[in-house]
Amino acid sequence: MTKVAIVGLGYTPPRPLTPDVSYKEMIYEAAVKSYHDANLDSHRDIDGFVTCAEDLIEGTSIFDEYTPDQLGAVQKPMHTITGDTLHGLAAAVMNIQTGLMDIVVVESHSKASNIKTYPHIINYATDPILNRPLNFHPHTIAGLEMQNFLSHTKTTLEQCAAVVVKNKKNALKNDLSCYGARLTTREVLDSPLTFSPLTQLQMADHIDGAIVFVLASQKIAKKLSKKPIWIKGCGWISDSPTLETRNWNVCEYARLSAKMAYKQAKIKNPKTQIDFFEVDDTFSYKELQHLEAIGVYKEGTAGRACLNGDLDPDGKTPVNVSGGCLGVGSLLEASGALRTLEIIKQLRGEAGPRQLKKANTALALSWRGIPSTSGATIIFSRK
Amino acid sequence: MHLKGTAISKQDLDSGKVLFTRGDPHAHYTWDTGIGIGRYLEGLRKGKIFGTHCKKCNRTVIPPRAFCELCFSSNIEWRHLKDTGVINTFSICYVSWDAQRVQTPYLPAVIEIDGASKGHGILHLLDEVDPKLIRIGMKVKAVWKRPEERTGAITDIQYFKPY
Repeated sequence: MTKVAIVGLGYTPPRPLTPDVSYKEMIYEAAVKSYHDANLDSHRDIDGFVTCAEDLIEGTSIFDEYTPDQLGAVQKPMHTITGDTLHGLAAAVMNIQTGLMDIVVVESHSKASNIKTYPHIINYATDPILNRPLNFHPHTIAGLEMQNFLSHTKTTLEQCAAVVVKNKKNALKNDLSCYGARLTTREVLDSPLTFSPLTQLQMADHIDGAIVFVLASQKIAKKLSKKPIWIKGCGWISDSPTLETRNWNVCEYARLSAKMAYKQAKIKNPKTQIDFFEVDDTFSYKELQHLEAIGVYKEGTAGRACLNGDLDPDGKTPVNVSGGCLGVGSLLEASGALRTLEIIKQLRGEAGPRQLKKANTALALSWRGIPSTSGATIIFSRK
Repeated sequence: MHLKGTAISKQDLDSGKVLFTRGDPHAHYTWDTGIGIGRYLEGLRKGKIFGTHCKKCNRTVIPPRAFCELCFSSNIEWRHLKDTGVINTFSICYVSWDAQRVQTPYLPAVIEIDGASKGHGILHLLDEVDPKLIRIGMKVKAVWKRPEERTGAITDIQYFKPY
């Protein structure tokens, strides 16, 4: 099987509101930039296309029908993944590894600002007979999970707040960020209680934007790009959808998707073999929960590491140097694309003021958000 | 073969003999029209129909778009088109949204607009025409709302009629 690399990336600067452009125009801009970045002569050189989108988020049934034009994919093989970008990247890798395609494009975007009843849209992911009649806001589920996480791992509220402080500070060095800030853990904890123990500042806000990647087989990647970023391993897992019987103590989608990716990438010890991590931090505790689930920290130790500065850009284990969802904003199904975007910039040495000294191998982990237990992991490398 | 089965009556449902849970969707969206469709709608508000022309493909399309989906260029030219065209296809619809039969049928049609390339047009409604006389290729013209009633929407054209 051929190796697969990302050879092109393009994006629109994320913003909380984008009333000036349609989602198609936003995606077109990202696609043109991405194809240029990949040194493609023409969009006609692309063999296949993947869009990551969910009908209820788009507000259009069978959204698959609306995806080709803005990518130059008219009458080309194209499919939609109702998942995060990392799921879409895994699909593209498999497309290429069939040997039928050499160049495949993955697109994801968010027009979150167009969804007027977002909590209700999330709520349609809960069980209609057993859960919805209770009429609780779906973010309650994050409160339930965080409460269990704190109790089970003995992680403290201050340690969770430290994640917010770190990521929002990191975001100040990222020109794509919308929610960078200098805060103290006290300010985070004193922000209004939302879904206890969560406070307002521990929850990511939404943004709009589009991100497009060009992937290529080994033979083509080396011709197109001087800095191909290789995909060394992909894993994706869905755990139980039920709120009644899921195991709240463990984060299986993170643990098992990472295990699947580690096996392909021949990673035995992620903490020493991976230089930095971009992991989902839609809520403060999720970053710590994810780091422990993927084996970078033992249970109950990630929070202390964060408070000690180990997760800072100059720490032992840099996590979310980009600013994460808390600092940059949440791009819904394109959140994994933001994680990937940062990793590619770092591995190429193009991260500007955020550039890490050691950036050879990195891990991206995405989560599909409330109320899901679905996630994906990808490991990227310069070699 | 017709299998009748055991019918469920309204009484069965009302009395709780058959259990179910009811849910009313609360899914509300806005859709940013953007550059291409935004300018199209602005034109409709002024009683004008705009298309875009791709010089490379020599193609004039309507509804207009900010880029050509075939050659993938954004080098496009805006063109003011006529409010006349010919019927590409149509249907005479006797069933309404709630599955009721209607006396006066709806007359949706795809109208290829004069000045646009073959196959490019507007999906709209026909009126002031005997349904029996509608034909593919029939020439039709837009009937506009009064200027003060227009809102920048596809419904600023009330319907198309033969001329």
